[in-house]
Amino acid sequence: MSGRAVLAQARLETRLLLRSSESLLVTLGIPLGVLVFFTQVPVLPVGDGDAATFLVPGVLGLSATATGLVASAIQTAYERKSGALKLLGATPLGRGGFVVAKLTSVVAMLGVQAVLVLGVALVGLGWRPAGGAAGLGAAVGAVLLTGLVMAALGLLLAGTLTAELTTAVSNALFLALLLLGGVAVDPAVLPDALAAIGGVTPLGAAVGLLRGVLDGASGTGAALATLVGWGALGTFAATRTFRWDA
Amino acid sequence: MAVIAVDGLVKRYGAVTAVDGLDLTVDAGETLALLGPNGAGKTTTVECLEGYRRPDAGTVRVLGLDPVADARALAPRIGVMLQEGGLYPHVRPAEMLHTVAAFHTDPEDPDALLAALGLDEVRDTRFRALSGGQQQRLALALALVGRPDVLFLDEPTAGLDPVARRTTWELLGERTRGGTTILLTTHLLDEAAAVADRVAIVDRGRLRMLGTPAELTAGGDGQVVVRTDPALDADRLAADLGVAVAPDGPPGSGRLRIASLATPELLTALAAHLRAEGAMLEELHGSGRTLEEVYLRLVDDPASRRADDPAVGA
Repeated sequence: MSGRAVLAQARLETRLLLRSSESLLVTLGIPLGVLVFFTQVPVLPVGDGDAATFLVPGVLGLSATATGLVASAIQTAYERKSGALKLLGATPLGRGGFVVAKLTSVVAMLGVQAVLVLGVALVGLGWRPAGGAAGLGAAVGAVLLTGLVMAALGLLLAGTLTAELTTAVSNALFLALLLLGGVAVDPAVLPDALAAIGGVTPLGAAVGLLRGVLDGASGTGAALATLVGWGALGTFAATRTFRWDA
Repeated sequence: MAVIAVDGLVKRYGAVTAVDGLDLTVDAGETLALLGPNGAGKTTTVECLEGYRRPDAGTVRVLGLDPVADARALAPRIGVMLQEGGLYPHVRPAEMLHTVAAFHTDPEDPDALLAALGLDEVRDTRFRALSGGQQQRLALALALVGRPDVLFLDEPTAGLDPVARRTTWELLGERTRGGTTILLTTHLLDEAAAVADRVAIVDRGRLRMLGTPAELTAGGDGQVVVRTDPALDADRLAADLGVAVAPDGPPGSGRLRIASLATPELLTALAAHLRAEGAMLEELHGSGRTLEEVYLRLVDDPASRRADDPAVGA
């Protein structure tokens, strides 16, 4: 594995993520759609503050979920199904290089999403985070962490399930996390049990962390720990179960 | 030193023994074809050499290296074309080939390779929109682009039309002349005869026969077919030549089949017979044993199958 090889593969993976319309729908279409629609149309219980303040942390977390858990997972599952993974494993890129390239493409995609979501919120919706520039900086770090945690969980799916099942499961998880993770629905209006479950999901923890740092609030330690825990679990399981051929 | 060495290779999948004690060597610059029916263990053998599978017994070495333990050292020196040959549905041939070229320190020019394989026109077409033959040729280009010392090609021309097949053979010939060692699998007899220096016929995980195409087809009875005007009498010709002669084709065709190789002695005797009979030669051809005969005898013999297969006897 050389830096040049990893970079070449990361560029290819990123181009492919940006090329597939199904992938763009989930990585950009749904998060931006949620952000714009629910700030303009007051149909959701968004808590006491203004809609953008409630929605931006959730949409950032949702974007990272869309890239790591859905788009990247589905792409990887089809790479595995088609034999591309197997072939790349025998090239000088190697399996380690492939994983680094894959995560690099996820980070690149997260960058595109963060710029668009924050751009729309700051410029289009006039949103200002209470935590200021420091909060924004911390949020970018939290988005990166969320994306990598989701990618670990996505690779766990892609490396063990068939491509079709990976698509179905990752989309189902995406929908469940969207509803329970505190993205568009205020956990305060959920039944207690569902709210509790939502809070310990990876997206629930990510949104808790993002909301905390953007509000400049303290006490995000538990959310951070939960998110890191999911990442450790996903990485551990994925590295032990991942299958390179179909 | 052998570039590829397979020594007592055994590979099982559950109760099925896919490769059952295979020995093979391939020398530098040599092209060896693994020829055999589906399920003969060809792909399993190649995948052990590519490092995808660990042998259950025996050893495999490529360039003196262990394909699994030394995978990193071996990767820059081998080119692999898998039987499935699939890629990302949305990827374009040019970008894929350029990407894989960037994995290597001294790659071939990807654009020249695309042109040589007739993929110029589809260089920016998405993979899923390519024809099966175009996908196949792209897979070959990906195996070639790193200038490998050793090429592993699993059914490289399956699904190709005759022209593309010939182009592929020529391309492989060029690489061999440049010193590349090639191990390919095929179930196409003409392919084995056309590209391979040596052919290994495998069946049910075992080596059945190994040699150059000439060695494999040597021996045997052969036959000479002759047609004359006027037609010759089969019995008189047989008496003159001292070998069996039988009518070939429908009565009245004037064609006779002589059970002999077309040796100079036979042809001299035949010419003398024609002169004595005052007959004009209209058609004459001789043939020895074909690779197809050898192959079918080895892999399609129900008697040998029963004797070798304990499952059937039980």
